[in-house]
Amino acid sequence: MLSSWQGRSKHPWTILFLCLFDALTLWGAILLLNDRNYLYLFFLLITAISINYIYLSEKCYPLRYILPGTFFMFLLVVYPIFYNIYISFTNYGTGHILSKEQVIQKLEERYYIPSKPEEYYFTVFKSPDGSKFILALEDDKGQLYLGENGEIILRSNSPEYFIKRNHEGTINSINGYEKLTKKELFKYLSILQGIEFIKNQDSVIRMKDTSTYVLCRKQYQYLPQNDKIIDNKNNKEYRPVDGFFTSSEGEKLLPGYKTYIGWQNYFKLITDRSIATPFLQVFTWTFQFAFLSVLGTFLIGVLLAILLNDNKLLFKRLYRTLLILPYAIPGFISILIWRGLFNEEFGVINNILKALSISPFSWLTDATCTKLALVLVNLWLGYPYMMLIILGSLQSINKTLYEAAAIDGASGWQKFSHITLPLLLVSVGPLLISSFAYNFNNYSVIYLFNKGRPPMIGADTPAGKTDILITYTYRLAFETGQGADFGLASTVTILIFIITAIITQVNFGFTGALEDVKGND
Amino acid sequence: MINYRLKRGLKHIVIWVFIMFAIFPIIWALSAALNPSNTLMGQRLIPENASLKNFVALFNNKQHPFPIWIWNSVKISLIVSLITVILTSLAAYPFSRFRFKGRRQGLFIILLVQIFPQMLAMVAIYLLFLNIQNYIPILSINTHMAVIVIYLGGAVGINTWLLKGYFDTISRSLEEAAQIDGATRFQAYYKIILPLAKPILAALFVIQFINTYNEYVLASIMLNSSDKFTLAVGLQMFISENYGQRWGVFSAAALLGAIPITVLFLVVQDYLVTGLTGGAVKE
Repeated sequence: MLSSWQGRSKHPWTILFLCLFDALTLWGAILLLNDRNYLYLFFLLITAISINYIYLSEKCYPLRYILPGTFFMFLLVVYPIFYNIYISFTNYGTGHILSKEQVIQKLEERYYIPSKPEEYYFTVFKSPDGSKFILALEDDKGQLYLGENGEIILRSNSPEYFIKRNHEGTINSINGYEKLTKKELFKYLSILQGIEFIKNQDSVIRMKDTSTYVLCRKQYQYLPQNDKIIDNKNNKEYRPVDGFFTSSEGEKLLPGYKTYIGWQNYFKLITDRSIATPFLQVFTWTFQFAFLSVLGTFLIGVLLAILLNDNKLLFKRLYRTLLILPYAIPGFISILIWRGLFNEEFGVINNILKALSISPFSWLTDATCTKLALVLVNLWLGYPYMMLIILGSLQSINKTLYEAAAIDGASGWQKFSHITLPLLLVSVGPLLISSFAYNFNNYSVIYLFNKGRPPMIGADTPAGKTDILITYTYRLAFETGQGADFGLASTVTILIFIITAIITQVNFGFTGALEDVKGND
Repeated sequence: MINYRLKRGLKHIVIWVFIMFAIFPIIWALSAALNPSNTLMGQRLIPENASLKNFVALFNNKQHPFPIWIWNSVKISLIVSLITVILTSLAAYPFSRFRFKGRRQGLFIILLVQIFPQMLAMVAIYLLFLNIQNYIPILSINTHMAVIVIYLGGAVGINTWLLKGYFDTISRSLEEAAQIDGATRFQAYYKIILPLAKPILAALFVIQFINTYNEYVLASIMLNSSDKFTLAVGLQMFISENYGQRWGVFSAAALLGAIPITVLFLVVQDYLVTGLTGGAVKE
């Protein structure tokens, strides 16, 4: 039986590969365990176990072929889609980059000097090779402490230190470490500033100025059982609200943390006027742009295809090659060239207009003109594809239909509108829809031509008057002038996903692509 | 008869109007590339004192290493298209030849996934790599490895369907004969199916090469130092706000970067149309 694969032995290469893979997995698992990243650890182990199973079990033989490719697909297409959905329900972005645990850790590293500071006068003693220091600290009651390696102890409790004093009673050396002069003190200042001593769990002793150290107390303390932070300085309480630890008066501790915020991003897009208004404009223009592009390229494509669909036409092959040039040149290059030609001051197009005594257009600074230019550029980029597929489709139309029409005395236009166009729309229809979906997300044209500019004035989020949804997403996430808002960007992405899915659903209705799947029994 | 000739002439005229439209930017870029003044100002179609100065300048620009950008693009595209061909032909084979549980569901999932262009999820992909780089340094932001892995992920879906369709048209009798002679399943795939599918594999390689070379968004998010840029990212950076001063050198770079792809495209254009329409135009 052909479709069977049972009874095949395992190849030594498979075993070798599995050993290597498992070794790597183990190494990764240890790293993740160290980091306490249990979520990733879980995914890693699940993946590892399934891979081992697939390559050892006879039953999973077909999967051995399918897995390598689909592994990348799942990691870099499927997983990002779900991750995107998750991010759209968070406030992830500038000011909310760290996790709550990381923010708590950061806050607990902050110290303050109490209003009645405990100060210590200090002298520094340096080891003969200059790499280690011992500090002698004296508080205002005359108690002497010794500090080394981040620890501080009362002199009377530390008999192991041998102290040498001069006749006036000041200390000359400790354990053979020599006292630093004022001059040397400045030389080592940057090192000394980094030295601090842990007094107890919530206070440290740090350098205040060149003669004193001071006791600093931990400012914030997190109470896990109540999920709140206490400010030791003034006993204020901060509770977690929308990604900030916030006091009852609404005072926020910075930085904020990344957290689940429910549907807030979605509501913002609809209800927050300063966000919703530009979003609606972007949304509308996205549809207009895609629609005009498809309609225009289709019309040009039909015209050229009908002209070229003539075997007696001289230079047919040459014409075809010249006409598909725009499709053959890398898009990013031709768009950048077009931008140069549309330059307002010196560009070729305005020069030509001037020579024809037409007043030049503001191609890059006026919204309407930019939109016109964008559609023009996109027609240039897109018509060859339409021309090629329509040419293919025209050749498949049955010639006898035209003969029959001619006998009935139909005019050229009647033949076109009653035979060619309807048949074309049936065969090319699905491609028109996928072309619509493509232009709906045509990032390169919009971004490379004018970066979505001119900007919308007074919008709360960065938006341009010629931005489409996908370039708007990019702005929200990566144009850092106003700070990144990954959460909102992901929300817009989800909307694009939904629209794309609807367009495709319509398209499947046309092509019966799903029937193709069903036909695979 | 005159009417007929008039129609013929009109046909040529209309076609030539569109040809002018098609080559308009190309001609001006060519003119700018040969114009030693390197500025947009006062550009004429036929430049005075035409020279190759701009092309020479391309290779002596330390701050903007064009040859490195072109090499980066070619390198990434070559690696991605080679691995894509290997991975997708592997994945398509069992879908075409074996009958196993979950086969239809698998095909359906792949069809569903390729509906969504990969770059839509750019935010998630970027954040994913921001995390990954803490554990796997070779996949850090600003490495070619990361970009290659991303492109591989995006390339599998639609191409698996394309190849499966082609494999379906190859007769099974050769494989059966080979298996009777004692060949393993993998040998049947490797020594019979792959050689027979050479034309489609070559087409897939070229399509993937061109698509990768032309990709801009994901590369621009992932790469941030000049020596790592692909040509798309580098050229954008180079020219974006400097049309006044860099027009000539840019045009030279644009032509150099475009010519290999354009030639490649024109050579395989018939294949490309078949691949791109994906059998939707039914004959």
